[in-house]
Amino acid sequence: MAMVRPASHAALNRTAIAAVLILTVVFLSPIYWIISTSVKARSIATSVPPTVIFTPEITPYIKLFTKRVQLQTDVDPALYAKASWWEKLVFDGGERILKVGDKAQLSPYPNRFQNSLIIAITSTVLAVGLGTLTAYGFSRFKIAGEADLLFFILSTRMLPPIVVAIPMFLMYRAVGLTDTHIGLIIMYVAFNLSFSVWLMKGFMDEIPKEYEEAALVDGYTRMQAFFKIVLPEAVTGIAATAVFCFITAWNEYAFALMLTSRNAQTAPPFIPAQVGSGLVDWTTIAAGSTLFLVPVAIFTFLLRNHLLRGVTFGAIRK
Amino acid sequence: MSDLTLRNIFIIPTVVFLILFNIFPLVYSLGFSFTDFAANQTRPWSFVGLQNYRELLTDDQIWTNFIITAKYVIVSVAGQMLVGFGLAMLLNRTFAFKGLVTTLLMLPMMMSAAVVGLFWQLLYSPSWGPINYVVGLGDFGLLSNADTALYAVAITDIWMWSPFVMLLSLAGLSAVPKHLYEAAAIDRASGWYTFTRITLPLVSPLLLIALIFRTMEAFKTFDLAYVLSVQPTTELISIKLYRLAFQQWDTGRSCALAYIVLIMVLAITNIYVKYLNKVKER
Repeated sequence: MAMVRPASHAALNRTAIAAVLILTVVFLSPIYWIISTSVKARSIATSVPPTVIFTPEITPYIKLFTKRVQLQTDVDPALYAKASWWEKLVFDGGERILKVGDKAQLSPYPNRFQNSLIIAITSTVLAVGLGTLTAYGFSRFKIAGEADLLFFILSTRMLPPIVVAIPMFLMYRAVGLTDTHIGLIIMYVAFNLSFSVWLMKGFMDEIPKEYEEAALVDGYTRMQAFFKIVLPEAVTGIAATAVFCFITAWNEYAFALMLTSRNAQTAPPFIPAQVGSGLVDWTTIAAGSTLFLVPVAIFTFLLRNHLLRGVTFGAIRK
Repeated sequence: MSDLTLRNIFIIPTVVFLILFNIFPLVYSLGFSFTDFAANQTRPWSFVGLQNYRELLTDDQIWTNFIITAKYVIVSVAGQMLVGFGLAMLLNRTFAFKGLVTTLLMLPMMMSAAVVGLFWQLLYSPSWGPINYVVGLGDFGLLSNADTALYAVAITDIWMWSPFVMLLSLAGLSAVPKHLYEAAAIDRASGWYTFTRITLPLVSPLLLIALIFRTMEAFKTFDLAYVLSVQPTTELISIKLYRLAFQQWDTGRSCALAYIVLIMVLAITNIYVKYLNKVKER
């Protein structure tokens, strides 16, 4: 096309690029709003008109991590003088950090964050481990009714979470697994396993069979060939699959809402529950959300070349 | 160890696990769908046959929930297809920072729907939300108005999932052979002709995959709508199901409704797999 109408084509190109950049800014503005709110003073967060430029504060993060009480009267000057800098920030907001002895009391957030980590990491390891083995089985051996079996595996992922959650809730209650880490881990393994099999099968299919055949000729057993030849070749695929499973488990809301209440509750049902009653402190909620987004943002960047595969269950390759 | 043993060791644990934690629970709830069991009560329950199904299918409220869901699916999927494909058309050229821009645009769909929903509540706030301020809606509450709430949820879903359509469209666009465009340029074909006769047909298989995928996901939507809105006009079928099961504790009936939804999802999944195989054969 460049040959025919060079001038207008170049202009069109420039307009398109400008449009893309503007749209990107628009698309990212909600994310900017979350992050910026997490470093705003409470009065600025809900100001009219909305404030875009302001002096950042760390108060929301201190509030996120600590248990606090609202002060009824003015702060005791002696107490204020003794307080550390981060306590003073909260003092200024009319609140005081709860302490037992010298130790500041933590809010439930660190615990929920930790639950998220434990559950997401454990379920990812299990789902990817099982999925890798199964994918290898499907990729290398003849299996009767392979297509049907793969469809069965995929179909488990297609179910709305609520449909599975009702019977799981009843079963968990019968065996005492409600509100436990193990209960949620099992749920997420079941949910991610199908995805892990489909994605890993794509990666396994791409590793030439000749590699193992050569190893078998050299006297390796199948098992040795799998562990020493195939697994190292599949390591990028395994990493990508693991990150996708992690993000899914990390972000999951419905199962966590229905199968946990306190002990094993993860961050996604916890953060919205903070809005519940009274005056909403959006800055603290934003701080909790921002911290929660950090792993996702890092992983998205690392995964950029695998995104297409990941979001389509590995069925489509770039 | 024979290959057969090894194959079984590799495959059977997964199949057993999925049967144990996906199929067995479903069979279990199929049983309950024929009873008047209530999980929060200890009273004895009895077998009621098809009564739950009969009552659900003649309940106007359930049909309203299905209609809301259909409206939501149509609006949000259509929006995502338009925005996503549009973005892909714009992005389908070389420029500085293209990789970075594409990656940044992918962020929304990698986020937790619960957090997204929560935050869009603030963005939509009629008193201090930036959206009302920028669009100039004054103190009109998009989420608190029964007529607009569903569309507000759909807009958030479009924001979250247009990147998905964009990603698939980009893959399709980059696979269109360049020589076709050169031939069209030599023939002095119009931009519109090139678009409808070359670009669209060649990208359409992937667009269809995106369409089916997003339809399936939108039909299942729970978290986003549940966190974002409390309006009766945004009660999607999965929210209704949740309320029936975990707030009204009408366990037997909710199991029956789950089965009705399940059959619908399996039907869509079948279509999806059919098209997937078609694309793979290409």
